[in-house]
Amino acid sequence: MSDRRYPDAVADAFPIPPTEFTDREGRTVEIRPYDGGNAAYESLVGMYDDFDPSDRAQGIPPGGEKRIREWLDAILGGDCYNVIAWCGDEVAGHATLVPDGDAYELAIFVHQEYQRAGIGTHLIRGLLGHGQAEGVEKVWLTVERWNRAAVSLYKKIGFETSDAESFELEMGLRLNADAGGEEGSEGEAGEIGGDDDGESDRE
Amino acid sequence: MKVLCGIGGSDDSFRALDRTVERAAVANDDLTVAVVDNEDSSVAPDEVLERAREAVADAGIDAEVRRVEGDPGSRLIEIAEREAFEEIVLGGGHTSPMGKITIGSIAEFVLLNAKTTVTLVR
Repeated sequence: MSDRRYPDAVADAFPIPPTEFTDREGRTVEIRPYDGGNAAYESLVGMYDDFDPSDRAQGIPPGGEKRIREWLDAILGGDCYNVIAWCGDEVAGHATLVPDGDAYELAIFVHQEYQRAGIGTHLIRGLLGHGQAEGVEKVWLTVERWNRAAVSLYKKIGFETSDAESFELEMGLRLNADAGGEEGSEGEAGEIGGDDDGESDRE
Repeated sequence: MKVLCGIGGSDDSFRALDRTVERAAVANDDLTVAVVDNEDSSVAPDEVLERAREAVADAGIDAEVRRVEGDPGSRLIEIAEREAFEEIVLGGGHTSPMGKITIGSIAEFVLLNAKTTVTLVR
């Protein structure tokens, strides 16, 4: 992969979970970092097993419980950061930062039953707050360019487009200054059509 | 079938090479392997050529391995049209540690422009 570009400016501070809010459907939702426990793990498996395949993005979440477990094992362990949106003891959504070289790749999924209720925004902000507190410097993501709601959410959060030349847009965000000092990055963000202010609920 | 396999040295392109060679041996395909420029690849074209020749020799098939310079996507399409290939085979993309698949720029161009069937090997 070619070198990724990130904004020069460090993003504002994001809220550090746990946080709690009421979604647009009146449900109480709590954002908490994944605690590594078995109950949370099984609840996550449950959400993804019930996830609408048409909301998959670039191959994730995978289909079938066995593959879901393999995938979760890879992204819940080690140096990854994971945050879950809870509605009672049910998982409404999940967001993750997975290390890739000197940066972290971000993904976020909100279960269909909880979409369009503002949960995605709280969840991604909670994940970025968690990552920021843990010293994560750079975050990147890819998003299918037709997924306008997601693209506009990411822009609102502060992500800038770093590569607009393929099927997927690549976007970057700087959460903390580089430990090694200043690193320049230049280049105009590509223009993205449409600015609907819908919430993103999947990728 | 007359098959053109384009490889530039990325991991997924070597996967495509191995699978296509394996299949050609079984299906008796008329295979040509084109080693193209891929600026994202860390493997030099000469080494890619070497890997391709080895794969062909190991499979015991009679396939041409050729170096194709210039813009990879448009060169592959041009060759496929001019030489009446029936299928273009390419690597199926890169998977990030997160598990997300992204398709390479060569595959994107070929998918959108080819008149032949295009196979992306996963």
